[in-house]
Amino acid sequence: MGKAVAIIGTGQTKHGRRSDVCYPDLVKEAVSAALMDAGITLKDIDGVVLGTMPSMMEGVSSTHFYFAEAMGAVGKPVMKVETCGSTGQSIGHCGFFWVASGMADIVLVVGSEKMSEGDGQATMTTVFDPFFQRTFAAGAPGVFTMQSMEWMYRFKIPEEKGREAAAMISVSNHDNAMDNPYAHIRTRVTMDDVKNARVITYPVRLLDVCPASDGACAVVFASERTAKKICKKPAWIKGLGFRGEEFFYGESDKAIWMSATEAAKEAYQQAGIRNPMKQLDVAELYNPFTYQEMIFYECFGFCPRGEAPDYVLKGAFKKGGQLPCCPSGGTLCTNPIGATGLIRLAEAALQVTGKAGARQVEGAKLALSHAMGGVDQFNAVTILGSKL
Amino acid sequence: MSKEEYRIVKGQVMVPYELALGRTWSEFYDYLKEEKIMGKKCGKCSRVLVPPRSFCPRCFEDMDEWVEVSQEGVVETWVYVNMPFFAQEIKIPFISAQIRLDGSDTGFIHQVAGIDLSDFDSVRETVKLGGRVKAVWSKEKKGNILDIAYFEPVK
Ligand SMILES: [Zn+2]
Repeated sequence: MGKAVAIIGTGQTKHGRRSDVCYPDLVKEAVSAALMDAGITLKDIDGVVLGTMPSMMEGVSSTHFYFAEAMGAVGKPVMKVETCGSTGQSIGHCGFFWVASGMADIVLVVGSEKMSEGDGQATMTTVFDPFFQRTFAAGAPGVFTMQSMEWMYRFKIPEEKGREAAAMISVSNHDNAMDNPYAHIRTRVTMDDVKNARVITYPVRLLDVCPASDGACAVVFASERTAKKICKKPAWIKGLGFRGEEFFYGESDKAIWMSATEAAKEAYQQAGIRNPMKQLDVAELYNPFTYQEMIFYECFGFCPRGEAPDYVLKGAFKKGGQLPCCPSGGTLCTNPIGATGLIRLAEAALQVTGKAGARQVEGAKLALSHAMGGVDQFNAVTILGSKL
Repeated sequence: MSKEEYRIVKGQVMVPYELALGRTWSEFYDYLKEEKIMGKKCGKCSRVLVPPRSFCPRCFEDMDEWVEVSQEGVVETWVYVNMPFFAQEIKIPFISAQIRLDGSDTGFIHQVAGIDLSDFDSVRETVKLGGRVKAVWSKEKKGNILDIAYFEPVK
């Protein structure tokens, strides 16, 4: 694991359609909030990590150049990391690696996206290979629907049961987002609203799918010595895991999903977690699609394979349930992709430090955060705890 | 000046590319012209991969052996696409499907067509997970993936 590392500050923009700011100013908003939360200034930062989606998203290449000032990176080492949807977790891991190696004392990690400025699904299409599969791609909805259909078929989950559980996930995420002042979509929806919403890619409907958001998130990582000196309540990094799979869709089994399963397993091992459902107090999953959220429950060992809909219908993952998931309203209600995985990490840090406001899970001490990227190809998990 | 008055500027980036297929994929498309679907077999793990690869992704061994796979297979999963996406070649509605061709060890992504696609409820009666489909060839071969026009349900 290297040396101990803590998160000592987080900052988020108000997410949504942010035509009121240019892209660098959006980034600056998150960075300023994180510095203020950590009680530090730019001078204290030894290095900066940035992550976003591919350049096609906003039409500006290599945005760590564009954001140098907004991230306070002038005169400092800077690196950019991209792993598509899992970018936000990957950059968090890089912040950890940098400090855990002892080469830096304080590192600023920034994730951002301004999706209202481009065509998110066109950008996703360019992630597919140009010769074989891109022709049949239908953005992210196409892939996630294929995966969900395969999963339901494999485990003989009746269509109505899957539909009911997915609708419940949508309702509870939307309810949770009402408690989150940063969330993009803040409206309550009913089971009927979800089940009657416009079909995107059957059986996935509009309210099963995340929005395209503008937003940024910044997180400050610090060494044990510094965290103990300047931060009253640090969130300690207890474990992290990352796994990738083969590139071509269809080559690996997405109903079992090795990368999600193994990334969690590695993080659990480091964090000493044997029974995630018992030991974890809260989880911030990357859930752009309701049906897919259930596959993650199974990969992360929250329930046996094929039983996620039963657990959902019993309310196991709702607020006040056995393991509350996405009290922030999750990716389903806010998705500025390059920032999203880092928002999961920031939300987990807020939870274990008791700073999550109205969305606080009472007494949360151990939290899971997660993100998924590419054509179902990469998964990343980070576990945070209130104690070192 | 109010927030609503801040200006938005239109922009566009267009970049042409010339992409090399390399030997393995060039040969794959040559075989498609002869209406043969060919995979590559790994000498170590014996898996047959379609699309073929120059090396086995799991064993990291060069794959030298071409194997013809069946033009029929099983639908492992599918999706009915009725929403337009940027630069989409195929007109909506269409069906993307993952098909396990007999004699191969991977899912092959293509489209299922040759049936009335306008009404989703009737499509659901015809296209099934676990159902069998077979390749229908394009008359004119252009050396791309649509040389296989589509897969149609086997009656
Ligand atoms: Zn092999």
